[in-house]
Amino acid sequence: MEWLDAIIQGVLLGGLYALFATGLSLIFGVMRLVNIAHGDLIVLAAFLGLAMVNGTGVHPLISLVVIVPVMAAIGYALQRGILNLTLGRDILPPLLVTFGLSIIIQNVLLEVFSADTQRLKAGALETASIAIGEQIAIGWFPLIVFLSAVGVIAALQLVLFRTRLGTAFRATSDDHETAALMGIDNRHVFALAMALALAVVALAGTFMAIRTNFSPAIGPARLLYAFEAVIIGGLGSLWGTLAGGVILGVAQAIGAKFHPGGQILAGHVAFLIVLVLRPNGLFPRTRDR
Amino acid sequence: MSGTPETVLATHELTAFYGDFQALFGIDVHVGRGETVAIIGANGAGKSTFLRSVVGQLPSEREQVTHEGKPIGHLQAHEIVRRGIALVPEGRLLFPSLSVEENLRLGAYGKRAGPWKIERVHELFPVLRERRATPGTALSGGEQQMCAIGRALMSNPTLLLCDELSLGLAPVIIRQIYAVLPVIVSEGTTIVVVEQDINQALDVADRVYCFQEGRVSLQGRPDDLSREDVATAYFGV
Repeated sequence: MEWLDAIIQGVLLGGLYALFATGLSLIFGVMRLVNIAHGDLIVLAAFLGLAMVNGTGVHPLISLVVIVPVMAAIGYALQRGILNLTLGRDILPPLLVTFGLSIIIQNVLLEVFSADTQRLKAGALETASIAIGEQIAIGWFPLIVFLSAVGVIAALQLVLFRTRLGTAFRATSDDHETAALMGIDNRHVFALAMALALAVVALAGTFMAIRTNFSPAIGPARLLYAFEAVIIGGLGSLWGTLAGGVILGVAQAIGAKFHPGGQILAGHVAFLIVLVLRPNGLFPRTRDR
Repeated sequence: MSGTPETVLATHELTAFYGDFQALFGIDVHVGRGETVAIIGANGAGKSTFLRSVVGQLPSEREQVTHEGKPIGHLQAHEIVRRGIALVPEGRLLFPSLSVEENLRLGAYGKRAGPWKIERVHELFPVLRERRATPGTALSGGEQQMCAIGRALMSNPTLLLCDELSLGLAPVIIRQIYAVLPVIVSEGTTIVVVEQDINQALDVADRVYCFQEGRVSLQGRPDDLSREDVATAYFGV
């Protein structure tokens, strides 16, 4: 029963990792951009949530009504103003620029919010749970996070495969020069993809901030989890990313059962095993061209 | 419109560069409304470069290209398509992630009004209706070419540029594809075809330009050009 509980908690934690990873997967898929600042943007969203909750006293989940559009706007401006200029045949410039951005975000957060660890308080929601049998309880909050991840990925799939914008995303991903011949403004489409990615980041950052302590320095570790979830799932597959998040979450939960310090290590080991056995991930969609 | 046809496309001393390499040396081309103009020339004469410059894939000066009298040389590719110039690129370049139908519908991304809707394209190329759900790149070469033409038509262009329609296709397929050009013209679309196959080009065109090493070496109506003139202009011998 204890093990079953660990697996259930791991699956639910995987929902959070999938949310970390979805934005990363989307922008890599659309514009082949590896965003090193992704983890720091998650932390930025958490701090924006903190500032709003402290300033207005609203519940963190209500703050999403503001934080999601604000992060989307930041994403659009960031892509249009800076990152579009780095895209080209060479993959190095976007790596370097987003690496620099990562350092800038960390230091600005440090300057504004100090290095103290913070937490978003969600009141009774933090401890509310559904009891299943005697030994297993599913927390409402982890369940909400997991269902949000499923909902976000389902919604993104609908956007990608059922809308005009989604068709433009896929076409641009295939061949952006020919996409321009269809009347697609790549700069605008890329900026919309980043806006969508950072809207998901806003959700991920706020959920993370309710679930765990956070400080300006924890971005790179979130980036690592996001990378691992994307790679385990297979590049370019959003459902694969969810599966990757879940595998990572379950591995961590099981690792924690063996040894209190084994949580993080077990996640990385699971990642390495997948990488050795299936270098393209479990559900790859993207082919190298 | 008076006696002389309105100019749809004109280039003025058009130059083009790939880095330091100059590919076009002052090209002057005029295309009147409703015309079918062929550009012929050997490999490397600058035919495709010319089309890429017109659609904004290669940079040019503002006044070097005009469309319906307005300068478009400074515009980017997506802006030029929205003004009514569509390119059927060399090698078709369908989107592999998109189905045949999605490829076609994406052509209408700019939402220009006009006669070309998906039903009309299906009428022109019925095979595209049958294979609508197939990935674009799973089609045969000829079907891909049809899809690429259909996709360009979906943008309702006033000017359709076709780059090497016959490349890599069987003669019977080439005849099929060339047979639809008059239908397209009858809808009010002006056509420029770039072609290595001289006979095919002379058959279909109202006027012909021959390019040689980035310059116009000959122009005129097919009936007015002798075989010797064309051969000299084509091969430079």
